[in-house]
Amino acid sequence: MTTALDRALAEYLLRLADSPLVLAQRLGEWVGKAPAIEEDIALANVGLDLLGQARMWFAYAGEVEARGGGTARDEDTLAFRRDAHEFRNLLLVEQPNGDYAHTTVRQLLFDHAQWLLLSRLAQSTDARIAAIATKSLKEVTYHVERSDDWAIRLGDGSAESHARMQRALDALWMYAGEMFSVDDIDTLLIDAGIAADPRLFEPAWREAIDAVLARATLSRPADTRPQLGGRQGRHGEQLGHLLCEMQFLQRAYPDARW
Amino acid sequence: MVTVATAQHAISVADAWALLGTVMDPEVPVVSIVELGIVRDVAPRVGGFGVTITPTYSGCPAMDMIARDIRDAFAREGAAVDVVTTLAPAWTTDWMSPEAKARLTAFGIAPPGPVGKARINVAGISQLRRRADIVACPRCGSAATTLIAQFGSTACKALYRCDDCREPFDYFKAH
Repeated sequence: MTTALDRALAEYLLRLADSPLVLAQRLGEWVGKAPAIEEDIALANVGLDLLGQARMWFAYAGEVEARGGGTARDEDTLAFRRDAHEFRNLLLVEQPNGDYAHTTVRQLLFDHAQWLLLSRLAQSTDARIAAIATKSLKEVTYHVERSDDWAIRLGDGSAESHARMQRALDALWMYAGEMFSVDDIDTLLIDAGIAADPRLFEPAWREAIDAVLARATLSRPADTRPQLGGRQGRHGEQLGHLLCEMQFLQRAYPDARW
Repeated sequence: MVTVATAQHAISVADAWALLGTVMDPEVPVVSIVELGIVRDVAPRVGGFGVTITPTYSGCPAMDMIARDIRDAFAREGAAVDVVTTLAPAWTTDWMSPEAKARLTAFGIAPPGPVGKARINVAGISQLRRRADIVACPRCGSAATTLIAQFGSTACKALYRCDDCREPFDYFKAH
């Protein structure tokens, strides 16, 4: 018999896994056509880190699901055999790559929130969560530095790069609020000391983003009602297209191995 | 001394460590997985050993190959091995031996310096446009080098250029 806490934990772990997985897939779309060879390599490496982090969360999610005596879904099953409505990623990370400014802004907003989330999860009462978060945090530190660097270079760059960065920021800002939203599942786990409360680090996130935007000569857009629902499985059309490509092989040739 | 009787002969825990010392990193074939700090524990079991390893980077594609290489090395000695992965404590380049660092330099990769203090403060703010690590060129030794990209040929390396001999080189990041 699965406890309510375990059911919530399994769901929370999928949320932790799906955002890095989907973002890794998006970054992978740049491979072979990034604006510079160094960036091609950097995006592939960031994506690889995120994929590794997603695998650690998936492995734990599968184990927690199986605690009640059910069948454990392995990493591949969780990544390749779920449909869009079963994905629990943030809406921000499923947004298309757009131009390089969109990719850079999406990464900047995500990396800073992810760093703060992982640094709090490193203190989780759940030892496995704390270990995965501690491991991931070291890698995300590089991601934050890279995103800050590029946001400043492009924002405080040419008139063209500045305008594109501001456009990307204006377009993506409405997806930032979801990173700090909580529902009943989060609350149950926050109260148990397992999950981190993102509302507590939203002010720190805004301070960090403001510091980068100031150096990048970019203006933080006015807050509007945030777009929510990704963490509950309500996604935009774009996620379906992403999954079509990512899951094609396992859908066409189930259990194919090499 | 604890020894494990195998199909062929008795292997001590020290022998097992020595055996693991012959397993090279697939990406950096001049250093062993023991020197890199990937092997965390070796424990005798009935008919073989339990070997605990830790990943360098979460997404390192070499981890599966490393586990396979370990199984192959023990199989050659007729010993069974159970390879398990641990995440805590998280891997750090501070575990790398001085000999391994010297061999990295000889191989053309600038070795990592000490990890040092946190680069992002508790509020999550990075040192914007911080100075890149000062890295000596592994070929000519010059300290006049420039960071080209924070990510190089693998996740664990950054790409640098020597401003004196003009050669590009990999830097094994302090992690």
